[in-house]
Amino acid sequence: MSTRIHVAANLNPQASAAGIMEMPMVEIDHVSLWYGEKQALKDISMSVPKHRVTAYIGPSGCGKTTLLRCLNRMNDLVDGVRMSGQIRIGGVDIHDPTLDVTELRKRVGMVFQKSNPFPKSIFENVAYGPRILGVGGRNDLEAVVERSLRGAALWDEVDDRLNESALGLSGGQQQRLCIARAIAVEPDVLLMDEPCSALDPIATAKVEELMLELKNSYTIVIVTHNMQQAARVSDYTGFMLLGELVEVGVTRGLFTNPHDKRTEDYITGRFG
Amino acid sequence: MSSRARQLWHSGEPFIWLTGGALAFALVLVLGLLGLIVANGLGFFWPSDVVRLTLTDGRTVSGLLVEREAIPEGAGRNRVKLKVANRDLYGADFQWVDEAVIARRDHPRDVVVMERTEWGLLIGTIKEVRDGGRIVASGAEQGLAELERRLPGVALARREIKRIEKGEVGAINHAQEKIRLGLRRLSLRGVTSGPAVDSLQREMAVLQAQYTAEEARLVDLRGRQTASVVVAADGGREKDLPLLQVLRVDSPNAMSLAAKSVRYLARVLEFVWSDPRESNTEGGVFPAIFGTVMMVLIMSVMVAPLGVLAAFYLREYARQGTFVSAVRIAVNNLAGVPSIVFGVFGVGFFIYFVGGTIDRLFFSESLPSPTFGTGGILWASLTLALLTVPVVIVATEEGLAAIPRGMREASLALGATKLETTLRVVLPAVMPSILTGLILAMARAAGEVAPLMITGVVKLAPALPVDGFWPFVHLDRKFMHLGFHIYDVGFQSPNVDAARPMVFVTTLLLLAIVVLLNLFAIGLRNRLRRKYAMSAV
Repeated sequence: MSTRIHVAANLNPQASAAGIMEMPMVEIDHVSLWYGEKQALKDISMSVPKHRVTAYIGPSGCGKTTLLRCLNRMNDLVDGVRMSGQIRIGGVDIHDPTLDVTELRKRVGMVFQKSNPFPKSIFENVAYGPRILGVGGRNDLEAVVERSLRGAALWDEVDDRLNESALGLSGGQQQRLCIARAIAVEPDVLLMDEPCSALDPIATAKVEELMLELKNSYTIVIVTHNMQQAARVSDYTGFMLLGELVEVGVTRGLFTNPHDKRTEDYITGRFG
Repeated sequence: MSSRARQLWHSGEPFIWLTGGALAFALVLVLGLLGLIVANGLGFFWPSDVVRLTLTDGRTVSGLLVEREAIPEGAGRNRVKLKVANRDLYGADFQWVDEAVIARRDHPRDVVVMERTEWGLLIGTIKEVRDGGRIVASGAEQGLAELERRLPGVALARREIKRIEKGEVGAINHAQEKIRLGLRRLSLRGVTSGPAVDSLQREMAVLQAQYTAEEARLVDLRGRQTASVVVAADGGREKDLPLLQVLRVDSPNAMSLAAKSVRYLARVLEFVWSDPRESNTEGGVFPAIFGTVMMVLIMSVMVAPLGVLAAFYLREYARQGTFVSAVRIAVNNLAGVPSIVFGVFGVGFFIYFVGGTIDRLFFSESLPSPTFGTGGILWASLTLALLTVPVVIVATEEGLAAIPRGMREASLALGATKLETTLRVVLPAVMPSILTGLILAMARAAGEVAPLMITGVVKLAPALPVDGFWPFVHLDRKFMHLGFHIYDVGFQSPNVDAARPMVFVTTLLLLAIVVLLNLFAIGLRNRLRRKYAMSAV
């Protein structure tokens, strides 16, 4: 196991193994969440540092996607959800009644597990968010679309067919298009919910490379099943189990020297 | 079961035969129906030869051979049915002749078949052509040549007369009616004299003078058409027919195949483009085509927004629960309610209640004759829209259910509101399903007759719902409809036998229009699907 962990790159030498001392972008403060009677998150507290990649790992159903969807309040769409605790992004409580949820979602972009481009042209997919924001001029839109597609490392592959349907792209291209669509509105935080789970290894490698690129401009939170992926791309990793955040720390530290027995069991493959 | 039979059953082969057989049976039924309609309908326009039968007693009977059948209890003898026409001379269009009494059959070349404005076909030989009592041509050959020389001029005169009747006289009548209503409006307000009334009455007098002038012009035009043709029919009677009544003269026995084909196409065109004659048993069906298409279009314009909005509420906004399920079941059942029930509702609600109220509020001067408080194309279309709204709701709802959740979430996660998501993502994606619903609705509406019979369809509409008088589209007018036309011509006309081919032709036309409307909508849907590269939702 340990030989693989050395693959992990971009470790931040300043981060201490015990906790995250960097400038926080997202602060999660004693968050619990219930679907009806069932508790899905149990008193989770941690902070996500700015311009870093933070990964959540854990077995299926441990609540990592639920936690991610708390950050842009996508859980509001589900009936019967109740949450306690506080989440602050850039110092602002995201449940503040004076804050419009659409404003929050413009600041917190999301890439989904299954790529979900709109049944529109490539151009219209990327231009969707800016249009919602009120960008109207053709020239402005073209500039945003090009910048976003370049940012998602997709421009060179699609620049000659921007007006063709996005559904004609390959799976990996579609997922990168979704990333381009998310960064077109220039969010502060980018949430990625198992973005590579439906992709082949080559497409996965491209998306991972992209994440390392994107963290210079965005704070990235990623949920993944794949421990190697977490090790490869993230600076910090949190391990979740049955709704609890068991352990969180610098990625290399968590993988090489887990503090908790359950973390150790999971990363060495004894369960899950 | 023997092991062989068991093995056969397990192989699945019998089930394939069963399913294939069922499909083949259904196809045979549909193709048989189409074949029957096409064969009966398309033959109608063919100028077939006139046969002259010389009977054993020396009489001759000429006509078009229609059918041949065994004489009931006639010991193997057959009889033939001839369309002898000449209804005005002998009273009946058809005559049965026992084959045993036929001495000779031939096809004389000088027999002519005339289409005329009254009394159906005339079959006989031309004796002479007269003009103002003077004989200008005599004999079959010269007579026919003279007719062919004169008929184009006569047709022009007939068109001119019709134009004056419909156009100038129609406009005068329209203006007079408006003045009459204006006077009535004034009198309803208690004004029966004074400058307003005087000025209207002066206008009325001017129009009356114009009307008299136009009438005189018509009398003059008709009076100038003095030519007539004398035709000798079998049985010795002669008919002196004014040329103004002659629409077309054929001598089918002398025509070449090419000439017959040209005539065939001309008659098909005439059928599609001209007005009906003789209580719909002759002439064309253009007003019925126009009425059918216009009604279906109005219905579509009404039903699409209504059904789509209702489906959006049901699927996107309503809290899913027992009540919504009950509503959904009710909507589905609504699609199965007999159409005449919707017709009755249309009469009670649209015509008597809504129409009656509109009349009282806005058209009180024309009461007691109703404007909207009687059947009309608007009410018929609305009734059909109600009838077909469940189809659109169900199709749209299914489309909405098939849109992946991820697509909506993608939009919401970009900061779009629910409304923006609905309008920009969901609506375009569900468009093909909406069109599918609309196609089904149009197919159902175009073929529906029962509710129309009580909400605005008539046997013969005096004018199309669209014309040159303001406001150009008259939704209060009664209209003609192909489905009702079939019923009327086939079963209500005074001369059912002669009209029977018309039934098949009209049926064929109705089918063609339904297919055309559907193809148009399907083409539109496929274009949208290609645009969005969506799977078949």
